[in-house]
Amino acid sequence: MPEIKVTPLGAGQDVGRSCILVSIGGRNIMLDCGMHMGYNDDRRFPDFSYITQNGRLTEFLDCVIISHFHLDHCGALPYMSEMVGFDGPIYMTHPTKAICPILLEDYRKITVDRKGETNFFTSQMIKDCMKKVVTVHLHQTLQVDDELEIKAYYAGHVLGAAMFQIRVGSESVVYTGDYNMTPDRHLGAAWIDKCRPDLLITESTYATTIRDSKRCRERDFLKKVHDSVEKGGKVLIPVFALGRAQELCILLETFWERMNLKAPIYFSTGLTEKANHYYKLFITWTNQKIRKTFVQRNMFEFKHIKPFDRSYTDNPGPMVVFATPGMLHAGQSLQIFKRWAGSDKNMVIMPGYCVQGTIGHKILSGQRKLEMEGRQTLEVKMQVEYMSFSAHADAKGIMQLIRQAEPRNVLLVHGEAKKMVFLKNKIEQEFGLACRMPANGETVTIATCPNIPADASISLLKNESLGSLPNPKRPRVLHATLIMKDNTLRLVPPSQAIKELGHTEHQLRFTASLQLRLPPGEADALTHLCNHLRSVLKDYSIQRLQDGSVMVESVLIKASGTADEQATQEVLVSWSYQDEDLGSYLMSLLKKGLP
Amino acid sequence: MKLYSLSGHPSLPCYILKFKFTTIMLDCALDMSSAMHFLPLTLVHSPRLAKLHNWSSKDGNKAVEKELKECAGRLFVDSAPEFLVPEKDLLDLSTVDAILISNYHCMLALPYITERSGFSGPVFATEPTLQIGRQLMEELVTLIERVPKPRASSKWKNKDVLRSLPSPLKDAQDIWSWRQCYSLQEVNSALSKVRLVGFSQKNELFGAVYVTPLSSGYCLGSCNWLIQSEYERVAYMASSSLFTTHPQPMDQAPLRGCDVLLLTGLTQFPTANPDSMLGEFCSNLAVTVRGGGSVLVPCYPSGVIYDLLECLAQYLDSAGLSGTPLYFLSPVASSSLEFSQIFSEWLCRSKQSKAYLPEPPFIHAELLHSNRLKHFASIHGDFSTEFRQPCVVFAGHPSLRCGDAVHFMELWGRSSLNTVIFTEPGFNHLDALAPFQPLAMKAVHCPIDTGLNFPQVSKLLKDIQPVHVICPEQYTAPPAAHPHRSDLQLERQPPPCTMRRAEALALPVRRRYERVELSPEVAESLIPSEVKPGISVATVMASLSTRDNKHVLQPLPKTPASSAKKRKRGEVLARMPQPLLWGSVSIDRLLQSLEKQGVKDVKVESVGDGHILHLQAEDSIIQLSADSTHIICTDEGLRARLRDVLVHLLNRL
Repeated sequence: MPEIKVTPLGAGQDVGRSCILVSIGGRNIMLDCGMHMGYNDDRRFPDFSYITQNGRLTEFLDCVIISHFHLDHCGALPYMSEMVGFDGPIYMTHPTKAICPILLEDYRKITVDRKGETNFFTSQMIKDCMKKVVTVHLHQTLQVDDELEIKAYYAGHVLGAAMFQIRVGSESVVYTGDYNMTPDRHLGAAWIDKCRPDLLITESTYATTIRDSKRCRERDFLKKVHDSVEKGGKVLIPVFALGRAQELCILLETFWERMNLKAPIYFSTGLTEKANHYYKLFITWTNQKIRKTFVQRNMFEFKHIKPFDRSYTDNPGPMVVFATPGMLHAGQSLQIFKRWAGSDKNMVIMPGYCVQGTIGHKILSGQRKLEMEGRQTLEVKMQVEYMSFSAHADAKGIMQLIRQAEPRNVLLVHGEAKKMVFLKNKIEQEFGLACRMPANGETVTIATCPNIPADASISLLKNESLGSLPNPKRPRVLHATLIMKDNTLRLVPPSQAIKELGHTEHQLRFTASLQLRLPPGEADALTHLCNHLRSVLKDYSIQRLQDGSVMVESVLIKASGTADEQATQEVLVSWSYQDEDLGSYLMSLLKKGLP
Repeated sequence: MKLYSLSGHPSLPCYILKFKFTTIMLDCALDMSSAMHFLPLTLVHSPRLAKLHNWSSKDGNKAVEKELKECAGRLFVDSAPEFLVPEKDLLDLSTVDAILISNYHCMLALPYITERSGFSGPVFATEPTLQIGRQLMEELVTLIERVPKPRASSKWKNKDVLRSLPSPLKDAQDIWSWRQCYSLQEVNSALSKVRLVGFSQKNELFGAVYVTPLSSGYCLGSCNWLIQSEYERVAYMASSSLFTTHPQPMDQAPLRGCDVLLLTGLTQFPTANPDSMLGEFCSNLAVTVRGGGSVLVPCYPSGVIYDLLECLAQYLDSAGLSGTPLYFLSPVASSSLEFSQIFSEWLCRSKQSKAYLPEPPFIHAELLHSNRLKHFASIHGDFSTEFRQPCVVFAGHPSLRCGDAVHFMELWGRSSLNTVIFTEPGFNHLDALAPFQPLAMKAVHCPIDTGLNFPQVSKLLKDIQPVHVICPEQYTAPPAAHPHRSDLQLERQPPPCTMRRAEALALPVRRRYERVELSPEVAESLIPSEVKPGISVATVMASLSTRDNKHVLQPLPKTPASSAKKRKRGEVLARMPQPLLWGSVSIDRLLQSLEKQGVKDVKVESVGDGHILHLQAEDSIIQLSADSTHIICTDEGLRARLRDVLVHLLNRL
């Protein structure tokens, strides 16, 4: 029995470090190659020694697929391809290819230049790694080799995020990456067709959450920002440069315009200006509304939002600042946080998920005294708010995707174990599907039972449909010969197969005679017989031939003499072996006599 | 498999392919050369055109004479221009299942088909094709509608009148298929039927065939189409290019070995190399500007203009003419320039990688930013305050029958300092200029057609190796302009099939196989036997279910017990086919087997190449020959036993 094997090296019952190995139809594919934000040691990268203890990965992997540019999905890519070693193709969408090297470089700078780590990938390695990237269009059917093909679907989540279908022959797997089933202010909703994969590997970040309407959340967010600014407070919104940042900027920009507000909004410089530029150039990946109106008004050209300078931190008066990174684990957002944390007038709004171990996670779980570097403690007096703006599908969305794709099995990754269990039960109950949730390093095997394709000769199919009009409700019986030769399967009519094999068909015929008793007054047995058969065998073709004999389909009935004085007549019935059922049935029918 | 040609123009194709229960329209281009017989629509009142004389016919038919004006020795129809639409009477267009569009130049007749023929299927096109196609249509409609002409003229089309008209109007082709332009509402409705596809996206049509667009390198989002079932492949090649311009390069590998190649859209100027034409364009332009004159470039709002701007900016820089203002006038100018920048995924590699920096892929963003290039919806409004001469104006329509270009012809035509440069290959420049004669202005013809030329085609055919080639009839003879250039024609063994307008062709492809899938249960139940080394056969007896044109073999259903009910309906028997028998029966083995069955008293008689066995006790006869056996037996029980004996001795399939 063919089977599909899945082993998560990361994101198994966990969020972060996404890296999933899939074996399907003799091909090995790596889905995502991410880093873990919560660790600074070996654990930050997937354990590639699982694939091979010594040497490069090239001969063990047919390809690598990256779903989107977030570092927990592509952060380990240069390490994997350049330091461990992989020369095969790496597939991603155009926007991902554009943005991913910039985030990798940023990550490298923070790690190497600020934290002073050595033995990390270099800028050159990022460049060399990107040379191995092959870009895919949405919905393009990309042939990796003769049998392995991949196809990308729109996933929402962030610019350029994609879900991937991987197909070998008639077996297929869909990997969702991160996705969002509801359109937001700048991106559309994820979509997939009814592709019925053998296995759907889906993220489950919000496995237990069912979020209220987006509108309420947006109103809440604006109210909190507005209240704080009114009171003269400073609002810090830690974000990642690309993604939520743009959505929230659009939100604040339109709000500021509508309410005619004057408090300044800043965006920490560097990446972000560039980021907006990417959005302008890849506008075909945003939602319909933005795409339709971009010629008149480009939504990514902000009037109220200005670049931030470090010296503004201590400016008096209210302000709103977007700063990177989003989990307060390093960089500008952390610096600003340290300066503002002491005042209860100020506020920090966390718009997304925070990985365990980050300051973001700590303050969200209620910690108010933080241990900083150098044994200092920081007391947090500012208000801490959490607003889920991260663009992951919630439980409802995940169920919706399953309904759309109609998979035969489901596998959960990228979520916390406890929440996964809940969702797993729900999927099993609601859809009756087998649902798995392997931990990192644990292999799951899924048996598939694919149909086997064969080449059927047209004459065979036409012949079968001749018997009666094709009726979808009544399956037709097909009798054919399967010829297996040089790895090809051909279905042909048996007579053709006999000819092809150089044999001749052997005709087997039967002839039987019987005495038919004629009812009084009848001179010719066959006329009467013919009428009788027509009344019994309504679906059959019954013909009277010129010489007086009767054909029932291809069974021949003949009179062998004239009626004698006892009003009986001898009748011969002749049929070939192919008509055996009908022939023997007719014999038994005639033996009962005519009515 | 059948092919219908609805257009006679080799570069403006419209075909219908019937393939495996599907009817697919390939492109629906609009032939606008008919507009050449109409007077230009002027934005500003032109006293010259207003003073033109009516035609004077021999029989003095006033109604017809009013419709026709004489200008510089030619007759022009005085109404809004009409266009030649695809043939509508060859077959019922409401039976078309889908329309495949290959590029934005080949879709301008779409509203005539989708809105006026009962067509109700999807239209497949790439996103750039849709967006730029929309711009071309919107521009056309706007240019025509903003100059209202009283009514359509049709009296001159009367057969008797037509005969008495002078050439070239008399010789105009298919005038009964000329139509007035569609409305904006029809454009929107037609384009709402478009289903967006990406390059190499395999799209299923009714489960019967797959259609795949493949990059053709001709313009933004342009493609060729591969239409295939599991066994047969038909390639439709519209305009394709192997020159390096801005679009993604042509993808020809998937076309290799196709059964039929429909080849259209070759270059319309096989003797004009696009690169040297581009050079000529720039140098002519620079000469005029240096001499204090202005240059008009009648063009479409999208396509070659991007390359022209790029080339021109560099040329003017090097010629020290950077200060020359460039104006781009079109109702869709701004959206054309904006849209071109967001399709980086559809561009050649060098332009694509600019988006990674991130920078706009086309240089015209920079030209706009530095105010060297300015765009306006029309000559009305802001344009008049900005207008400085000498300058370069890019404006529609390339036919010079409508749009802002008409205004500049009237404005600049009388000065020999100025130049009009024709670059679009779709219109004869002499015909285009005819209603503006006499002209003092210079006219330069630099047709830039990046379509395939004949050497490229012959190389391509060697690579693709199609079994059959079909092409418009024009390609198998040298072009009319160069009757002795036998190298400018398509030659191939076997010679290509040719087609003309309103013609049907049965394609020489015989379908032999269809894909059938065996369910795992059926596959498992098979008992293969090796009949020859390397060849195994197995008898398949299964129920065939067909859904969405896909065939699957499932195990036979268990016969239901309620046979009594069926009997009433006359279904007496489950019609189960018997295996086919082959081989021959040796008489000795037959006798042995019969003996085992208790049939002993057998008299064997040799006849010809066979035997007759008299089963004396049973009063039955078996006639045996090499390839047939006849059992004559009345006792049903015995007959069944004899049958089993023989079937056992033979091979079954």
